[in-house]
Amino acid sequence: MSYEGVPGLVETIEAHGETTLVVDPARLLEAARHLRDAEGFNFLSDVAATDYLGWGEGEVSGYVGSRTGRDLNHPSTFGLQAIPTKKPKRFSMSYHLLALGPSPRRVRLQAWIGEDESVPSVIEIWPTADWHEREAWDLMGVGITGHPNLKRILLEDDWEGHPLRKDYPIGGEPVRFSEAE
Amino acid sequence: MAVAPEKARGVIYEGTRIPTPIPTILRVSDELMATGDVMQVNFGPNHPSTHGVLRLIVDLYGEDVVGLEAVIGYLHTGFEKSMEQKSWWKAITYPERVDYLSFQANEMAFVMAIEKLLEMEIPEKATWMRMCLCELNRIHSHLVWLGTAALEIGAISMFWYAFRERETILDLFEMVTGVRMHTRYFQAGGLAEDIPTGFYAQARAFCDQMPKGVDDYESMLDKNKIWLERTVGLGLLSADDAIALGQSGPALRASGVNWDLRRDQPYLAYDQVEFDVPVYYEGDVYARYRCHMEEMRESTKIIRQCVDRLEKMNGQPWIADDRKVVLPPREELHTSMEALIHHFKIVTEGYRVPEGEVYITIESPRGEMGCYVVSDGGAKPWRVKFRAPSFVALEATATCMHSGFIADMIAIVGSLDTVMGEVDR
Repeated sequence: MSYEGVPGLVETIEAHGETTLVVDPARLLEAARHLRDAEGFNFLSDVAATDYLGWGEGEVSGYVGSRTGRDLNHPSTFGLQAIPTKKPKRFSMSYHLLALGPSPRRVRLQAWIGEDESVPSVIEIWPTADWHEREAWDLMGVGITGHPNLKRILLEDDWEGHPLRKDYPIGGEPVRFSEAE
Repeated sequence: MAVAPEKARGVIYEGTRIPTPIPTILRVSDELMATGDVMQVNFGPNHPSTHGVLRLIVDLYGEDVVGLEAVIGYLHTGFEKSMEQKSWWKAITYPERVDYLSFQANEMAFVMAIEKLLEMEIPEKATWMRMCLCELNRIHSHLVWLGTAALEIGAISMFWYAFRERETILDLFEMVTGVRMHTRYFQAGGLAEDIPTGFYAQARAFCDQMPKGVDDYESMLDKNKIWLERTVGLGLLSADDAIALGQSGPALRASGVNWDLRRDQPYLAYDQVEFDVPVYYEGDVYARYRCHMEEMRESTKIIRQCVDRLEKMNGQPWIADDRKVVLPPREELHTSMEALIHHFKIVTEGYRVPEGEVYITIESPRGEMGCYVVSDGGAKPWRVKFRAPSFVALEATATCMHSGFIADMIAIVGSLDTVMGEVDR
């Protein structure tokens, strides 16, 4: 299956039997429309935002613990198998598409954006993107342009920060009554 | 029950009913608003028929629902963030708690993602047992749905009948895994333990009992005038709208879309069992109810075939023989230093999963359950994201509520079969 004609296509990656189409975020909407109308991907299964801050900064562990590696008091700090491939930018937005029909296919449409960049909303192509994009904004802080109702969905409206970012600490929320106020 | 042949795909209603510009919010028209008779009420978040904590902001014009917005997030627990802090094999406990009714299906999606990254082959016995348990889980989930959804619209005795069979399923889970819910029975590589003797006989007894149970439920509901009045022709969703809104599972099949991942993109050994995919074309609450009922019968068929196959596999391994990922057999720990070291390493440090990203989809009781996993080659997942079918199902509320009454809202929201734990994650 060839996806040569997808507008703004940067790279096609085949791994684990899955196809990833990396596209230019500026032409994401065009690519999405092409995939739906010309390739038959009528079903948007999922939108997943991922934060790659600090990706590959851990060291590869050997028999002797490395500088940032192995700490017996903290399990699972024993380093990486290999240095992972560099990622182009901090955030990836992955749109998992399905061609629901007699010859089903799946494809992952992916766009990379930096901290202050944003992706266009695909809500007009797949209406189901509405809540998925709100979730990506809410939990990951990925900017979405052209969304008619971009507000927090899972967290409260006055929440500060985006918890799924790697620089957001776990246990980062204040615990009530934990200290004298 | 035969499908009406004249109901071809897409004629449930003309055009689309998805609200614009926001597909998930039904807005009150300006003329209605100008009358001054529109009243806004909060339905939930604490209401017995919201299947958890769902808040619906409803605009009422008399009995008519003229505006609707679903507000979620009351059960948000940050599963995805927590999983990033846990080693791979400890993280397996989390997906089960995401959707507390289809725990095994969710657990399997995550375990399959790990196995895909590790490029691991799992033994045949584990494949068939997973399938068997996932189908039991499907019946369990459908029974809870049937019991509670019927309870909400007044059929109180249904609840007790549905929970009668559910109890038998939970007994089966307890027998195999030691616990009734959140079983943590699937490991990367296969199963945590061998299948206990006596499981097959009890599973067979269940397969004999279950179709009679479904007959019981049908005899109580199928000709019940009140049930029919409250379900037939309500909450309409056309095939095109269902696909555009990303619906899956029974809600999609009740709208006339002949689609089931188990048949169309088979995983495990679903291509080796015989079953039918029930499809209904009416797109209403009643069609969704029928889909659930038929699916319970079909799942029983699959369980019977799984038990037949499993019985012939006595003595075969239930987990892959990969000492870097799989815990060594208990008895070896006393005699083999090598096994002891592997055991210690896996328990204290966990195993590492090669770099990569995968997206696994399975047909959970509620529809397409997706699990997106990114690994950096370390001991913990870099990112886990669930595609929760309930989350997507709730997006269809505004479309289904088109010109509905407030009393129908209970039936319609119930028919979408949502579990709030999964919606909010």
